[in-house]
Amino acid sequence: MSDVAVALEGITKSFGNVEALRGVDLTVPRGSVLGVLGPNGAGKTTAVRILATLLRPTSGKAYVEGHDVVRDPAAVRRTIGLAGQATALVDELTGRENLVMVGRLHHLPKAEAEARAAALLAQFDLVDAADRTAKTYSGGMRRRLDLAASLVGHPKVLFLDEPTTGLDPRSRIAMWDVIRGLVREGTTLLLTTQYLDEADELADNIVVIDRGKVIAEGTSDALKDRVGGDVVAFSVASEAAARAAVDAVANVGDSAPAVAGLDISVAVGARGSEALLDVVRRLDAAGVAVSGLGIRRPSLDDVFLALTGHVAEEESA
Amino acid sequence: MSTMTWAMADTWVMAKRNLTVWLRVPAYLVFTIVQPTIFTLLFRYVFGGAIHADVPGGYVNYLLPGIIGQTAAFASFATAISLAVEVQKGVVDRMRAMPMARSAFLGGRLLADVVRMTITILVIVGVGYAVGFRFQGGFGRAVAMVALAIVLGAAVCCISATIGLWLKDEESTQAFGMIWMFPLTFVSSAFVPVSSMPGWLQAFAVNQPITHVVNAMRALALGLPLRDDLWLSAVWLTAIFVVFAPLAVRVYKRVS
Repeated sequence: MSDVAVALEGITKSFGNVEALRGVDLTVPRGSVLGVLGPNGAGKTTAVRILATLLRPTSGKAYVEGHDVVRDPAAVRRTIGLAGQATALVDELTGRENLVMVGRLHHLPKAEAEARAAALLAQFDLVDAADRTAKTYSGGMRRRLDLAASLVGHPKVLFLDEPTTGLDPRSRIAMWDVIRGLVREGTTLLLTTQYLDEADELADNIVVIDRGKVIAEGTSDALKDRVGGDVVAFSVASEAAARAAVDAVANVGDSAPAVAGLDISVAVGARGSEALLDVVRRLDAAGVAVSGLGIRRPSLDDVFLALTGHVAEEESA
Repeated sequence: MSTMTWAMADTWVMAKRNLTVWLRVPAYLVFTIVQPTIFTLLFRYVFGGAIHADVPGGYVNYLLPGIIGQTAAFASFATAISLAVEVQKGVVDRMRAMPMARSAFLGGRLLADVVRMTITILVIVGVGYAVGFRFQGGFGRAVAMVALAIVLGAAVCCISATIGLWLKDEESTQAFGMIWMFPLTFVSSAFVPVSSMPGWLQAFAVNQPITHVVNAMRALALGLPLRDDLWLSAVWLTAIFVVFAPLAVRVYKRVS
């Protein structure tokens, strides 16, 4: 148990006839980040709610820092922080008041709750907005305040349920930076997301859930290896150039080159650099000018498609 | 500190939070202060002239205990709405994942609503005094009337809390959270003497809890004999607490 922060063992959860989880096993080593990836309705949030003591599993065992979530929920609640998509802030209270209130509910003495609030406001770049009511905050600021609130009690394990869903790209990247900072401080993190790039950016290990079951797990690289092969990708300046390029490299890849507008990619299996040189030579011989030429590994989008036979965004609830 | 002391501390933190929200949202202040004031003035000056009530001091003295009882009952509508909204927003989930006392969420709501209701009641007493109402039974009985109104309000809060937590949705709660209170408060002795109603309606009006409580409040306010109304009120209110307080807690525990 010593180096495992979170464990699910054969967890199932049914709501009436609906089986939300159908036997999920996963572990999160202490100090690491697990990304739980899956489309809407896959069961990610149900798993987090069980770990956060909000739902009892139908069967199976769940432990957080060695505490059984069913038998000792109070101990689990002292260990965890939960931040989620539904930001549970009080809009009419200021950022500072929200954090002090949470501190008081964690039974910190008043002065300590205030000091903790001030420290978190500074850490999350909310000092200027500290004494404005939360309803005046932007989406990104609300998520940061919500995350700060989940950290008031110095949790050893943090659950982030879709922390960037609905945020604009700039706020998303800012949120990623904040999350990376927490991980550097040694917090164990379980993160659910439906964004493949988010799991790729933040997680040490990834578990892919689809329809209540774990369908794959491993590092981002290991998952990509399961799709197999590298891709040589480049861009051209015109459609005429695209046609010329496709003709030139037609026989290099395992299959015909894929064209998306002016972006062309060639699946080259394990022959990465050799194939890259081949592509360069052929394009040069054909007199096609290209930009952004390089080998890229398959994205998690490719992984999800290969594992489930459907695209992640397609399925909703 | 003991578990009990923590539960009380947590309840107080939650109550303070709810009261702060109430003070900062003008709409809530309108609901709890302006609306009952308008009601008092309407009944006093628009309907009052047409209603004959045989009590010392005339209709305004008859009306005030009734309108206070009705306001105390209606105040719980805000309880239902706030709880439904907080379940909907996921606030309840976050609170339950924290190491705070589990009772504090509902307890803090009830405490805040009782404070809010007390303020409303005192405002109506003030407005009543401005338009001619006078307590007739001395200070102790006046305090007892206010206390009985607060207990009534707290009991109805338990019913409303159950409804709000059960519906879990602001719109449905807007629709169904208060509708049942209209027949209960208007088909009672709150605004008109029950004897003016048709016989079939009297049967209901005479025997329902609001009538007993309002009659007891009126007797306390005006120094009239209490008859059976005080103990019948006590029975009804106790029954409401015994049934609905555990029910609200049960629905709260299961809500997701």
